[in-house]
Amino acid sequence: MHSTHLTARALRDAIARRELSASEAVAASLAAIERLEPQVKAFLSLNPEGARRRAAEIDKRLAAGENVGALAGVPIAVKDVLCTADGQTTTCASKILGNWKAPYDAHVVERVLAEGAIVVGKTNLDEFAMGSSTENSAYFTTHNPWDLERVPGGSSGGSAAAVAARMVPIALGSDTGGSIRQPAALCGVVGVKPTYGRVSRYGLVAFASSLDQIGPFARDIPDAALLMRVIAGHDPRDSTSVSARDQPVPDYLAGLEEPLKGLRIGLPKEFFGAGVDPEVQAAVREALRIYERLGATLLEVDLPHSTDYAIATYYIVATSEASSNLARYDGVHYGLRAAGYEDMIDMYMRTRSEGFGDEVKRRIMLGNYALSSGYYDAYYKKALKVRRLIRGDFEQAFARVNCLMGPTTPTPAFKIGEKAADPLAMYLSDIYTVSCNLAGIAGASLPCGLTKAGLPVGLQILTDVFTEDKLLRIARMFERETDWAMRAPALAGGRS
Amino acid sequence: MSPADFVPTIGLEVHMHLATRTKMFCACKVEYDARPNSRVCPVCLGMPGVLPVMNEKAVELAVRMALALGSQISDYAKWDRKHYYYPDLPKNYQISQYDQPLGVGGKLDIETSQGTRTIRIIRVHLEEDAGKLMHAEGGNYSIVDLNRTGTPLLEVVSEPDVHTAEEARAYGEALRQLAVYLGVSGCNMQLGQMRFEPNISLCLGTDDQGKPRYTPISEIKNLNSFRSVERAVLFEIARHRQEVQADPRGYTLEKLGKETRGWDDDAGTTFLQRSKEEAHDYRYLPDPDLVPFVPDRKWVEEMRATVPELPEKRRRRFIADYGLPEYDAGVLTVDRTTADYYEEAARASGDPKAASNWMMGDLLRALNERKIGLAEFPVKPAALAELIALTKQGTINRNTAAETVFPKMIETGKSPAQIVKEDGLAQVADTGALEAIVDQVLAANAKIAADYRGGKKAAFGRLMGETMKASGGKANPQIVKDLLTKKLGG
Repeated sequence: MHSTHLTARALRDAIARRELSASEAVAASLAAIERLEPQVKAFLSLNPEGARRRAAEIDKRLAAGENVGALAGVPIAVKDVLCTADGQTTTCASKILGNWKAPYDAHVVERVLAEGAIVVGKTNLDEFAMGSSTENSAYFTTHNPWDLERVPGGSSGGSAAAVAARMVPIALGSDTGGSIRQPAALCGVVGVKPTYGRVSRYGLVAFASSLDQIGPFARDIPDAALLMRVIAGHDPRDSTSVSARDQPVPDYLAGLEEPLKGLRIGLPKEFFGAGVDPEVQAAVREALRIYERLGATLLEVDLPHSTDYAIATYYIVATSEASSNLARYDGVHYGLRAAGYEDMIDMYMRTRSEGFGDEVKRRIMLGNYALSSGYYDAYYKKALKVRRLIRGDFEQAFARVNCLMGPTTPTPAFKIGEKAADPLAMYLSDIYTVSCNLAGIAGASLPCGLTKAGLPVGLQILTDVFTEDKLLRIARMFERETDWAMRAPALAGGRS
Repeated sequence: MSPADFVPTIGLEVHMHLATRTKMFCACKVEYDARPNSRVCPVCLGMPGVLPVMNEKAVELAVRMALALGSQISDYAKWDRKHYYYPDLPKNYQISQYDQPLGVGGKLDIETSQGTRTIRIIRVHLEEDAGKLMHAEGGNYSIVDLNRTGTPLLEVVSEPDVHTAEEARAYGEALRQLAVYLGVSGCNMQLGQMRFEPNISLCLGTDDQGKPRYTPISEIKNLNSFRSVERAVLFEIARHRQEVQADPRGYTLEKLGKETRGWDDDAGTTFLQRSKEEAHDYRYLPDPDLVPFVPDRKWVEEMRATVPELPEKRRRRFIADYGLPEYDAGVLTVDRTTADYYEEAARASGDPKAASNWMMGDLLRALNERKIGLAEFPVKPAALAELIALTKQGTINRNTAAETVFPKMIETGKSPAQIVKEDGLAQVADTGALEAIVDQVLAANAKIAADYRGGKKAAFGRLMGETMKASGGKANPQIVKDLLTKKLGG
């Protein structure tokens, strides 16, 4: 079996046992990228030289008997919204940061490097993580490895596609309203959005600060647990990252294989309503039957505010914060500065007009409107109130059940261009994922089937704040009973 | 009501750099003489992906100032982003406090020629400073120095209780004294550590419903000296009077709202920067990168206990307890170091009046000559007290103390007793020895003695002087006086 088909754990163990070198693992990853990238287009930048050099270093340290770390020699892809000081650009898939090189590593990048991982490249996304298909990338659209005519989802579409296509075993993404879980579902991989505050956001270029959270992509739950263990934990540079005293990081791998006894699964009836594709519905129902067979009880629960108001609330909170976070891209200090300006204001206007894409401009305008004097109370303040109600929905639900389940997305991967002209239709593809970010709870998507056309379906599991250990155990129960995680798209040599 | 009767209504916003070692939200040092753009990091440069972390020392200093002003410390103080585009503001928003500031309410008493006046405080809050923009002479570009970006700023906003330029200045001076006294801010004007923004309007009396009517509010930006505050306020009051006289119905707050003006120090005039129509919409947003500041009540009470006696209160106590004149009490409470020094010397010597005289005269002169502060002065309060005691006991006379012992104390750091002993400066109080000297002086100055006996009273002083001189300055003047009186009077 080719090393690109190994999980991160198996790869690391094989490297530790010297059955395989880190250099060979990186070479195999780079070869897979070279072969598939022209079709998939998952990466905005690649760092083959740096990756090879680092692999050689790790091999040397392993040969010297050093303990290199939990990810020693494992290739990893990083969403291009995370800062890396390795000389690669950090573009956020925007022209405005086209040639910007971060002078520092994001906290999560520091953490994976400290455990011996090797960053092979930075992955494509919707510009500034705003979108659900990577079609909003200022550079190109990533293609779904299961069907190249379809989107990989977004915004972390590049990371999801790179893992699905077996280019890398694991990747990092960010999730503001579903940007990890939705592409994970559409690409047939595992994606986890940790609780808000679980992972430091230092070095994550902000979209909506109160919703953004970094999380792992992997082929299976144990790999996701492994990467979670590496990136979770307090960072004094992020005031919103929770302290080790209040929330110590559990060992997500310990007890992962033990099924949860007496599991009570809540089914929000809003997640099974109109608009769900019948094949998606069927795959999720089948997954629920497997849980029942494992002894779980299914209960219908109500999230009265979470479906009707979640999208509206989300687009007020997210765009307001985005309009503020993106104010700094003005051409003065770094990044793009438009040519031919007449004065300062003209420089600002030209730079931002040329540097931002349509969707980013749309959201900046929405956010500026919502925050304007005279509108603030009616929009932003009201959205915060609804957000508290949504949080209350989940608190009530988690008093009765251990987790909530449903489809991650209403439909499988859609065709490239299908929703590009209709922002509202695009926004609705996040209908099941946004409330998790508004409530700040933990969520995951894992593969639970394929449609007749061979497109992956994702099962979303949500649990209460700081219960990622439980979330991963519940997900692993299902994964052990099925082989969906083993499936790979045909182009990556899988049987589908 | 004639324009001369319109009452100026003035509120002040005062910004002070807090005396922290590092910036408000990052670990960069606050330094004023560093090479441009050398005290910066990704956080204060507002680079993509960075996050602010609150400087706890800044909060502590702000709480100290707020407590000293009698403000209520909020249970929940949050951070807000204030948005505007300018090249000296890298994030294009300033982290500030909007609707839930750190301190609410309070007051400050000020001394004016009309007596003590109380100025109420609306709020005390924290924010970050912006950088500096310099416009190249004759060039079509500007250069930016971001060393100042992120420096912790304390803003104190007063109620419009100020009515004259003199009061505006007195208020600024009182705030400065308080902040310096508490160690909250250096308030160095040259370094831009203290800046003033007066909001000026004239009250035009009341309308039919009895509601007060005003001229538009002029906010004058960025004044950086007491003199400019006084001048700008005077200028603005006069300008408002002219404007309202020319257009009594049009020049009103109702019609024109608030405008922002700059101050031209050379011309001595203000100029319009932004009218109401051009006012910024700051689009305030609670900063999602920072957690609200929820002060621990116990900590606040501990802080309250450490707030020292305030200068104004101490000044009055010095007058009452030590019998000091107003002026002296003012000088001796100018800052905390001076007041502490004085009080220690006064208590240790048991002679507050003498301690005051020494400090107001010899000591301040010595500091000025050496261009040093009290903190570096080698003579400690206990040593000064000892010197006062030696004079009072008659061991040395005042003249010897001031001309010989005190300079030597500064020079050598030795105690006054040691200097007196080593240099044999103790006064001659032996009546026998002095009587011999007096006899010699009277013999040598028989003419003067005769003058005195003949009724020329001024001659007594000459004889006193001659006797002191003959004793090498060491004679106890009181004994000499007694001896001379006895011998001359018969």
